[in-house]
This record gives sequence, structure tokens and C-alpha cells, in this order.
Amino acid sequence: MATEQTKPRQLTLGDQFLIFGRSGWEQAAWNYPRLQNLGFCYLMIPAIRRLYPDKQEAGEAAERHLALFNTMPYMQSLITGVTLSLEEDHANGKPVSAENISAVKVGMMGSLAGVADPVWWGTWRPILSAFAASLALSGFGIVGPLVFFIGWNVVRLAFRWIAQRWGYHQGLKVVTALSSGMLQKLTLGASIVGMFVMGAIVPRWTRVKLAPIIAMSAHGSLSLQGMLDRLLPGLVPLLLTLGCVWLLRRHVKPLWLLVGVFVIGLGGYWLGIFR
Amino acid sequence: MSIWGVLIIAFLAGIEGVIDEWEFHQPIVACTLVGLATGNLVSGIALGASLQLVTLGWMNIGAAVAPDPALAAVVAAWWVSGPAHLPVAAGVILAIPLALIGQGLTQGLRKLIIPLVQQADVAAASGNLHRIDWILRLSVVLQGLRVLIPTALLMWIPSTWIHASYHLLPQVIQGGLRVSAGLLVVVSFAIVINMMATRQLWPFFFIGFALATDGHLSLVALGLIGVGLAILYLRLQDGGHHDNGGGGGTQADEDELDRELDDL
Repeated sequence: MATEQTKPRQLTLGDQFLIFGRSGWEQAAWNYPRLQNLGFCYLMIPAIRRLYPDKQEAGEAAERHLALFNTMPYMQSLITGVTLSLEEDHANGKPVSAENISAVKVGMMGSLAGVADPVWWGTWRPILSAFAASLALSGFGIVGPLVFFIGWNVVRLAFRWIAQRWGYHQGLKVVTALSSGMLQKLTLGASIVGMFVMGAIVPRWTRVKLAPIIAMSAHGSLSLQGMLDRLLPGLVPLLLTLGCVWLLRRHVKPLWLLVGVFVIGLGGYWLGIFR
Repeated sequence: MSIWGVLIIAFLAGIEGVIDEWEFHQPIVACTLVGLATGNLVSGIALGASLQLVTLGWMNIGAAVAPDPALAAVVAAWWVSGPAHLPVAAGVILAIPLALIGQGLTQGLRKLIIPLVQQADVAAASGNLHRIDWILRLSVVLQGLRVLIPTALLMWIPSTWIHASYHLLPQVIQGGLRVSAGLLVVVSFAIVINMMATRQLWPFFFIGFALATDGHLSLVALGLIGVGLAILYLRLQDGGHHDNGGGGGTQADEDELDRELDDL
């Protein structure tokens, strides 16, 4: 415990930058009973070194950050920021106990992951990577991969740094700010864009052509694809996608859907429906 | 030379497949890099873009492990851009079993690593922070090897065998593989949609679908329409809340909007 005479222990900007650099390795030691525990402890180490010069205290701090931890890796930066501010208070003898710190971590990790997984993995990555893939497939070549790589990492690094700084400066106020419903609104907005763009991607990027089944009539010949294109282009991909969603809702494993679609493709070509 | 390049990419992809930061393991990046290493950039990008659409619904959420795009992208790209010269469609199809192998290896390593993590507890008890650092760094290397070793083993298969066995397939199977590779994307689309879809969001899906069938609208234009719709929806929802609350902060334009809505 720090006495009144000593200078308050404080993290430097350099420490925070080191922690920011370490935060990206959080999942490397992902393991079953305690998930991201070692990763979180690893990224806290520069702070532990600064705040607890005493070996005994440092070991205790490392032990409490080796407890079970799991969240969406980028939201971890916000939790890290809050944890850093709490650790600083704890090291300076303010009324923040080790149990308080662990409770705040556990309280934030679940709710933040629930909000952030659909936004980052469910919306932003599919949209950005589909956009990049469409650039690559429509003649822009290397621009596609570059757009994905740069776009993803600039947004990710900026988010991580800003979230960590904000969490550190606000401390526990973050928890109240998050419960104001702002996050839910953001998720809803992202989901709207996500659903809209997925609707757009389905007809554009499913490559399927129906065989020219010719229906002879008095007025000439018609191909099935030509008829469908006039009625509703992209109808086949739409029906296949909706079918898969329906099966997923009935807890059919995605692997079986892949196998099923594979068989439909092979069989359809063999029967001459697709070409 | 190109073999070493591919192995380095495999190592990076193996790390990324678990830490999910720089996204080297996403096919659009990994296959492009393999194309670069083998001097066959065009086919690498073509495979990467096609495979990206198939894998964009694969995500590690909570404690679940999705199929692993890292092993799939690197090895499939080696077979497409490397000396075996498989067509892109064959690469996309072969990527699926490879991704399942990668998934199994990820799950296996998450259990194998447990004794190593327990060493960190010992180190913490004695206040040895330096040792904790090195245990994590060792795990990073293990994650890289998780993809590097199977990639090296699969690269051992002579390219001429792979090339020859593909061309032994009858024409009807080769054509079927091409069709299947184009269709497989719907499964990923369905996974992403299933994750987001609620009753109130389905209309946006169909608006997007209808607009996209008009070939004149670019994907950027569609994205802007999507963002515009989302903002409108959220603002209108807010307007409703202000009405109910009758509280302060209502702006003049929102009142006007409410009145217009009442008229309808």
C-alpha cells in the first residue's frame, strides 16, 4: 500500500502505448477452461510493472488477471482502459479492491461481446470483405485485397487506441455511459445496414446460370434464364439463401448446408439445369 | 524461393486465424500473398476473392470455433497459383475440407496449450512477470506452427499428381464443381443473415435485394442507401419516443416530422 508521502503511482503514455501494442496478442493463448486469461494478463504486464514495484504485489496482480476472461477482442481495449484506471486507484490505496476490479471486468466482458460480435464479425467484416472481393472480381485486381487490409486495420487500430484511452480517462463512468442505450442503437443501425447490404450481395455475387431450356411456342423460343431475368433476376440465389436461413433456424449444421449445396451444384449440372 | 514464401504466409495466417487482428488469414489477403510468392498474382487474387465470399460467414464467437480459413486459403492458393495449376473453382471446393481440418487443429491446440497456461500460474505466484511474457510468445509460435506444419506436409504431395488427378475427373464432374463453387456462397450469406435477422429487419433485406437487381447501382451507392435508411429508421424511432415522453429536447423539425406522420 502506498503511503501518503510517496508520489502517486501513475501510468505513463509510453506504458499505455506498450499495452496498446500488446492488446492485439490477447487471443494467442486461447485455452478451454479460462479462454483469453493469459492474453489479458500479458497485456496488463507493463501496467503491473509500473504500478507494483513490490514482487509480492506484482504477483498478486498477475494472478488476478489470469482468471477466466473472454470478450470480443477489440472491445477488450475498452475494458483494458477501465481496468488500467482501476488498477491505478488500487495501487495508490484508493478504495478499490482486487475483487472490485475482477467484478468490473466480468461485468463488462459479456455485455460488450454480445453487442460487438454482430457489429464487427457479423456486419463490418462481411461488408468490407464482400466489397473488396467484388472489386477484385470486377477488374480492379490488387486494389481489392488492399482495400480490405488497409480498411480493416486502420479502423481496428483507431478503435482500439481510442477505446483504451477513453476507458482509462472515464474509468467506471464508462459503465454508466454504456447502459444509456447508445450501444443498442448503434447495433440496431449496423444490423439494418448489414441486412440491406446482404440483400444486395445475394443476387450480385452468387454465380449461377440456368441452362437454356428452350420452350418452343408459336411466338418463338424462350430460355428459362431469360424468363427469370425478366421476372426477377437473382431469384434462384434468393431462394437458396432463404432456404439455408430456414434450415439454420432449425439447427441444421452449416457443414451439412455446404454439403447439400455442393450436391445440388453437382446434380444440377449433371441433370442439365445449371450450366 | 516461393516455397519459403508460402511457408512464412502459412505461419502468419496460423497466428491470425486465432488472434483475429491483422486478418492475414482471410482468403482475400492470404491467397493474394501466396499468389505473390508464387509469381502468379492474378490467380491468387481470383481465388482469394471467390473464397472470401464463401468464408465471410465463418466467425469465432464466444467459445465456439468456426471452420478455419487460414489453412484452407494458404493450401488452396498453393494448389491454384503454384505448379499444380488447379482451376479456381477446384481450389474453392478443396478449401472446405481443409478448413475443417484447420478447425480441428484449432480446437486441439486450445486443449494442448493448457499445461503451458498453468505454467503462467506458477510464474505469477513467484512474481516472475518476464516468464509470463515468454509463455505467451511461445503460444504465438505454436499458433503459427498449427498451420505451417500441415501446409508443409500437404506441399509435399507432388504437384503433378494433383494436376493429373484433377484432369482425370470426367467432364461432368469438373463442370459440376464449377457450378458448386459458385453456389457455396449462399451458405455464408445465410449464416450472416441468420445472425442479424429479426422480424423488424427483414424488410431491409428485401429492399436491398430489389435495388441490387438493377445493375446500374454500384455497391458503394447501395451502401449509401443502406446507411441512409438506417439513419432514417433510428431518427423516426426517436421521434416516437419523444412523443411518448413529452419531455424536453424535442427539436422543431422533429415535431414537424411527427405532425406529418400523424397526417398520414
